[in-house]
Amino acid sequence: MSAYRQPVSTFWWLHQWSYLLFVLRELSSVFVAWFVVYLLLAVSAIADGPAAYQDFVAWSGGGWVLVLNVVALAFVLLHAVTWFALAPKAMVVPHVPPWVVLVGHYLAWAVLSAAVAWLVLR
Amino acid sequence: MARKRTTITMEVTRFRPGEDSEPTLQSYEVPLRKEWAVLDGLNHIKDHLDGTLSYRWSCRMGICGSCGMTVNGKPQLSCATFLVDYAPGPVRVEPLRNFPVIRDLVVDISDFMTKLPKVKPWLIHEGETPEGEFLQTPQEMDEYKKYSMCINCMLCYSACPVYALEPEFLGPAAIALGQRYNLDSRDDGDRRDVLASAEGVWACTFVGECSTACPKGVDPAGAIQRYKLTAAVAALKDFLLPRGARR
Amino acid sequence: MSRRRSPEPLVWLLFSGGGMAAALLVPVLLFLFGLAFPLGWLPTPDHAHLLALVEHPVTKLVLFGLSVLALFHWAHRFRYTLYDGLKLKAASTLIAVVCYGAAAAGSVVAGTVLLLA
Repeated sequence: MSAYRQPVSTFWWLHQWSYLLFVLRELSSVFVAWFVVYLLLAVSAIADGPAAYQDFVAWSGGGWVLVLNVVALAFVLLHAVTWFALAPKAMVVPHVPPWVVLVGHYLAWAVLSAAVAWLVLR
Repeated sequence: MARKRTTITMEVTRFRPGEDSEPTLQSYEVPLRKEWAVLDGLNHIKDHLDGTLSYRWSCRMGICGSCGMTVNGKPQLSCATFLVDYAPGPVRVEPLRNFPVIRDLVVDISDFMTKLPKVKPWLIHEGETPEGEFLQTPQEMDEYKKYSMCINCMLCYSACPVYALEPEFLGPAAIALGQRYNLDSRDDGDRRDVLASAEGVWACTFVGECSTACPKGVDPAGAIQRYKLTAAVAALKDFLLPRGARR
Repeated sequence: MSRRRSPEPLVWLLFSGGGMAAALLVPVLLFLFGLAFPLGWLPTPDHAHLLALVEHPVTKLVLFGLSVLALFHWAHRFRYTLYDGLKLKAASTLIAVVCYGAAAAGSVVAGTVLLLA
């Protein structure tokens, strides 16, 4: 019988907001990878001495690096929020409601962020 | 005061196999009544306007799972989707996406029918079966109850871009039904070969639209995500523990 | 049995570990070092303090773990994004080799940079 096969567009993810959000969530990983590059550049600048470190801070303060980091931060936050939202679905703890698992993740996020900030700024 | 609308336009997909090379849309004016679902509109068309229209339906109350269609771009049960919510219209009614169209709004779901038995959706019990009832506490039942609500309506497959792109994917409902038995205290079955395969849970990228589309609150995306962790931990155990220590 | 040899559970665990580590640690680090210090929102910590921090073995270990996991998180997610977003399933082996290979190479670079620091 000649059934009609419905075609799938390559740009299927532009057809619906939820699909677009999914693709943006997946693309956040590119900015996670960029962060690793940036982190390693920062570490080697710090290791190279005060002058190299000053140059690195100056280089980060303008131009494409700054724009990239602003965009990257937005994507990394999207990653964190969507990640924590999905976590209770995978981690099902007996006798613990999913919202507690969710709140636990946000608490861990807050505590770790504060700890890192304290270590760096102290 | 503007005159209250008493009709709504329904744009319905028509496809005659062997005659049409691709589907076309046909418009019908149907009465706009607050208690009418999209399915009532289709029944009006069939009874009063055009008897050649083909579509599936049965119970009209969201339990038979046969009237799934794409309504204004979203997979819906046409019996549970009301015309007034789309007023002033038009409301577009198309066949479920991701399935071959047999005629008009009727799709071929045999792909799912061949996949479903692969997850062994029945109780597999080892050892003695108790005399009489097989008792289970309410807590044990809560473990799997929501996954048992599936009515095989295929809205989740229609919402799933992974299934659209990779037809080999086992799919949301079949995996959720596998989990329904995995999480049943009376079941000892091993479904890992099927569920933890490349066409099983690992193909899923957690778009999450299957759970949004599900009219019965099954949450297939959650079932898949949970099984990924189960399967990954089991694989890690296989890798780390000597053969004898495995359960 | 074939399933015992499938690498999917391993790469999924790396992906998940990386997703969790990145969600917990990357926002604060990127905010501090990518925006707050370069733009002067917060006083830039002096070099001696940061050097002491970076030279500490625990910091090195944490940053190495974060880098490796985050890179494999990227590799796994990006691989599937290419499959699905651009319908490139036909090139799946090549994409997998390139993505995980890049993550492995990046891990070696991260280890070297952190050891030398």
